[in-house]
Amino acid sequence: MAIAELRNNSVEAGLDALALPVGGRRRRRRRILRVVVPKLVAAACLLGVWQLAVSLHVSADYVLPSPGDVWQTFIDQARAGNISEAVWTSLRHGFEGYVLAVLIGTPLGLLIARVRMVRYAIGSAVAALQSLPSVTWVPVGIIWFGLSQTTILFVVIMGAFPSIAGGLVSAVDNIPPLLLRVGAALGAHGVARYRHIVLPAALPGYVAGLKQAWSFSWRSLMAAEIITTGPSLGLGLGQLLDQGRVQVDMRLMLMAILVILAVGVLVDALIFAPLDRTVRRRRGLDVA
Amino acid sequence: MTSLALAPRRIGTGLVDEVAVSMEAVGKVYGSGAERVVAVEGVDLEVHRGDFLCLVGASGCGKSTLLSMIAGLDRPTRGRIEVAEGRPALMFQEPALLPWLTVADNVALPLRLQKVARNTRHARVAELLRLVHLEGFARKRPHELSGGMRQRVALARALAQTTRLLLMDEPFAALDAITRDVLHEDIARIHVATGVTVVFVTHNVREAVRLADRVVMLSSRPGRVVAAWDVEIPRPRRMDSPEVATLSACVTDRLRDEIRRHGHR
Repeated sequence: MAIAELRNNSVEAGLDALALPVGGRRRRRRRILRVVVPKLVAAACLLGVWQLAVSLHVSADYVLPSPGDVWQTFIDQARAGNISEAVWTSLRHGFEGYVLAVLIGTPLGLLIARVRMVRYAIGSAVAALQSLPSVTWVPVGIIWFGLSQTTILFVVIMGAFPSIAGGLVSAVDNIPPLLLRVGAALGAHGVARYRHIVLPAALPGYVAGLKQAWSFSWRSLMAAEIITTGPSLGLGLGQLLDQGRVQVDMRLMLMAILVILAVGVLVDALIFAPLDRTVRRRRGLDVA
Repeated sequence: MTSLALAPRRIGTGLVDEVAVSMEAVGKVYGSGAERVVAVEGVDLEVHRGDFLCLVGASGCGKSTLLSMIAGLDRPTRGRIEVAEGRPALMFQEPALLPWLTVADNVALPLRLQKVARNTRHARVAELLRLVHLEGFARKRPHELSGGMRQRVALARALAQTTRLLLMDEPFAALDAITRDVLHEDIARIHVATGVTVVFVTHNVREAVRLADRVVMLSSRPGRVVAAWDVEIPRPRRMDSPEVATLSACVTDRLRDEIRRHGHR
């Protein structure tokens, strides 16, 4: 018996060892190089084409300024403190609206996912809102709330919450039935069922919704800021862009667009992409 | 609260009197009218405490339905099921581990749901992982393990729920032959060590004879108990031993008769 037991143990240990993956992780530095270099090359090509068009005098300076001029404008604006102020103002507005959208979208998504009557009543309406461009809410907001920060928040919320609710609904819908069954078999009922089974199982889809909602709220924010300008609203990136339009300063406009793009990309790359990757990697889901 | 008591098991004696599960005239009907399906009918069955009972039968014999009803996930439409051992633990063909939890946290989940204190929980999880020989894998996640290892985690999780009654629904059907052999030895060892009562559903007759104290055969559509064998082959047993082969042949013949009956209708 003892010998048989021992033999079994070693067979089992051998099987277990065979199950473990072979080879170490790929070197991080090389991976970063492989990811970053193509991006830099693409950006350089784009800049080259732009500079070439300027050098060939395709159009007048005030229509198409050179990359160098735009860079100089950036330096000047940064020295004057306008860039940091605008980025800060916009990020604050965007963040406030986003948090409110999360607070509205999350319980709404759960209700739609779990309560059949709610799903029938407003499920398709929320799905439809996802495809409605949020800029349509700007004129509505101006009438309702005037040229105020409330209007900007309103537009951001309307742009972002449908993605959050929709993401959560499809995440809950896609939970494998076996996990719910095993939850019931383990004795997870009521609140514990949500805390230990439903919410964690829905997390990857929910995070995907959060990520998408961020880009929607950033877009909505810019639409709102470009249209609603006023002394009480402070200087955001959208207002900076609109200043360029008023002053017919193409350099300022292009600069503002590039900063808007950079901030949106950076927030996604620094917060949402790593969050998404971590959640997926932990579960052994494919990480591209 | 449960603890991993090392209850002594009687092997080879007929002195089993405490009943862990009793079923009286249990029936289960799905649907109604033209779509009415009688899955299980008139099942009378007693499972004694500490017994290892295997339910065998062809597909559609209601084995899984019966198990679901013992587990309390499904209600019988007729008859009565009494489970003396409190809430039983259920194991599926798939390990069904929660992919966001580590091995240790998966095993700890039923204890958390029962509000077991943290210290007790840690000790018990460590003990259970030792029992299934996975003590070195506590921090791994399910996707990093092989199918057999995942099923052992599922076994540890089931044992965390209870050490009294374990219901297993074809738990090893998806594993390769060598892994299955090793898991047979694991479950046999754990059955002896913990004295847990096991009801094990399988369509693999040899597996049933290899593991069981008693093999019970169900007919198909509707599922009824048609035969039962007491397996008195001494342990440890091997899947390929002559005694196991002989009894398996006998059970298989009976099962073939049962299946043939359906062709004549």
